[in-house]
Amino acid sequence: MNTSRAPYRRWMSLLLYFAGLLAFVGILVAWLNVRGEAPLSTGAPTAAANPALIERGAYLARAGNCMGCHSMAGSAEFAGGRGIETPFGTVFAPNITPDPKTGIGSWSTAEFWRAMHYGRSKDGRLLYPAFPYPSYTNVTREDSDALFAYLQAVPPVERANKANDLPFPYNTQAALALWRAMFFRAGPLQPDTQKTAEWNRGRYLVDGLTHCAACHSSRNWLGATSVNAKFAGGLMPDEAWYAPSLASPNEAGLQKWPREEAIKLLKNGVSQHAAVSGPMADVVYSSTQYLTPQDLNAMVDYLASIPVRESERKQAARASSRVLDRGAKVYEQQCATCHGDRGQGVPSIYPALAGNRAVLLHAPNNLVQVIRNGGFSPSTAGNPQPFGMPPFGQVLSHEDIAAVATYVRQAWGNAAPAISTFDVHRVW
Amino acid sequence: MVQRMQACVVCHGKEGRATNQGYFPRIAGKPSGYLYNQLQNFKSGLRKYEPMNHLVQHMSDGYLQDIAKYFAELDLPYPAARASGLTAVEQRTAEKLVRQGAPERGIPACISCHGQQMAGSLPAIPGLLTLPADYLVAQLGAWRTEQRKAKAPDCMADIARRLSLDEVSVMARWLSAQTSPSGVVPAPIAMQPHPMRCGSEEQ
Repeated sequence: MNTSRAPYRRWMSLLLYFAGLLAFVGILVAWLNVRGEAPLSTGAPTAAANPALIERGAYLARAGNCMGCHSMAGSAEFAGGRGIETPFGTVFAPNITPDPKTGIGSWSTAEFWRAMHYGRSKDGRLLYPAFPYPSYTNVTREDSDALFAYLQAVPPVERANKANDLPFPYNTQAALALWRAMFFRAGPLQPDTQKTAEWNRGRYLVDGLTHCAACHSSRNWLGATSVNAKFAGGLMPDEAWYAPSLASPNEAGLQKWPREEAIKLLKNGVSQHAAVSGPMADVVYSSTQYLTPQDLNAMVDYLASIPVRESERKQAARASSRVLDRGAKVYEQQCATCHGDRGQGVPSIYPALAGNRAVLLHAPNNLVQVIRNGGFSPSTAGNPQPFGMPPFGQVLSHEDIAAVATYVRQAWGNAAPAISTFDVHRVW
Repeated sequence: MVQRMQACVVCHGKEGRATNQGYFPRIAGKPSGYLYNQLQNFKSGLRKYEPMNHLVQHMSDGYLQDIAKYFAELDLPYPAARASGLTAVEQRTAEKLVRQGAPERGIPACISCHGQQMAGSLPAIPGLLTLPADYLVAQLGAWRTEQRKAKAPDCMADIARRLSLDEVSVMARWLSAQTSPSGVVPAPIAMQPHPMRCGSEEQ
């Protein structure tokens, strides 16, 4: 009898042990999710919104480019609906107009602050970090309140939110809780007293509302960034474009740039040697062109101080002469009229390709996107009539695009890795 | 402006005068109001064609106006007429619809809005001659499936739904094969109201 009960007891104790461990991890995760979170102030009257506060909020909404995700082309601003594609599924930006039923009209200032600072919705649910609260957590309460006052003053739009399209387990609160326990720490930033007020202001904007790190950092397999990966460059969540490293002067780092050029790029969309394209064109068009010269200056102050970290670059193998010849022919027919026979471009009109940082990025994405879709720099007050590149995807085969991309990466002293037809298919 | 508009010529042809072959429409000489409306519709997504939606997405209203004006002011010869390949019966069907419409089905004649010479009319109705047949068929099809929309009331969507598919096909081939003598410009703003109300005409 005893002999048959012993394994049963062993199993029981093992089971209890695991149950205990599970409960402990559960409690730990739960605690990590709410730690430091002050209880919501209930019933506190919302500070009366005055025109100055609303105006300040409007400026902050520009800085955060809230409309970039919470609006869709041709639809009412802030009414949501845009799908943010991620490797885990699609997250749909909600309606943040003051409509009481479908928007955030019934929210309080405190609930809005909790969403910004702790990443929790009005009903307490955990929010997906596609809403960049790992950056927004650094926004001050004062700025959060101003932003809320502005969002409560925009025209209400009744438009029901779309449910996220995420498979199991990413659609569960438990998965989010686990992710937050591992990767999310609530702010705020402590000012660095060794640095100037201007630098601190820049860091507050870059690491807060303007959430530059949300795109310009590498992400691990769980979609999280780490201290080492911050600003190190990474693929955008939809994996179409590569957000270049802000820690590398060979990519998008501003460490070696004259300050005025960097400010011009953020203000006008073009500087003497560079123009923004892809998702960054959107950022300049809807956000940074509206920032004050003081704020842009502060941002550049901080961005230029990011310690340089170069990723190791292998010596790029030279492509076969068959590919290079084919690329040279396409270049001569389609590109040389504007970019010049030696890739020298025309200053302030057509960018030079020789030595061009965007051409030489290790990731093939951006060059393929630009050749395929073309595009204009954004129209801004400082550059109202931008120049544009044609969408060659209309006339060139994938093989031709791969060949010409490889050619411009390896001609005139350029030495970046070849781009294969497979790369072109993949980026398409 | 020529240098700024290099992005357009790969599809729309040198100076925006695409021929009657292929797919891409001529834009040179179309009324600026029409071109501006289209650019706005591409930007807002009312009209869907991914390459165009992409190119105009970060353009200000002012720049879209400048672009529309630039192409509207180009006065360039049209390609020569060519054989339509239509049978005599098909040709009669096409011409009747173009010149008389089908009033019993609520289809006005093309010329009643697009101008006697079908070179468009000011401020915002496009010319139709020498556009590629594939393009014309695609547009009328897009109105039926709501891929192309204009401001309400969307008169062309109504007309496209009232036409049969065969009618669309013969009209497209007929319009594509005609030419326009040089010097023909869009008709002046109409004194009489058009047979249908169109949202895109109301500024």
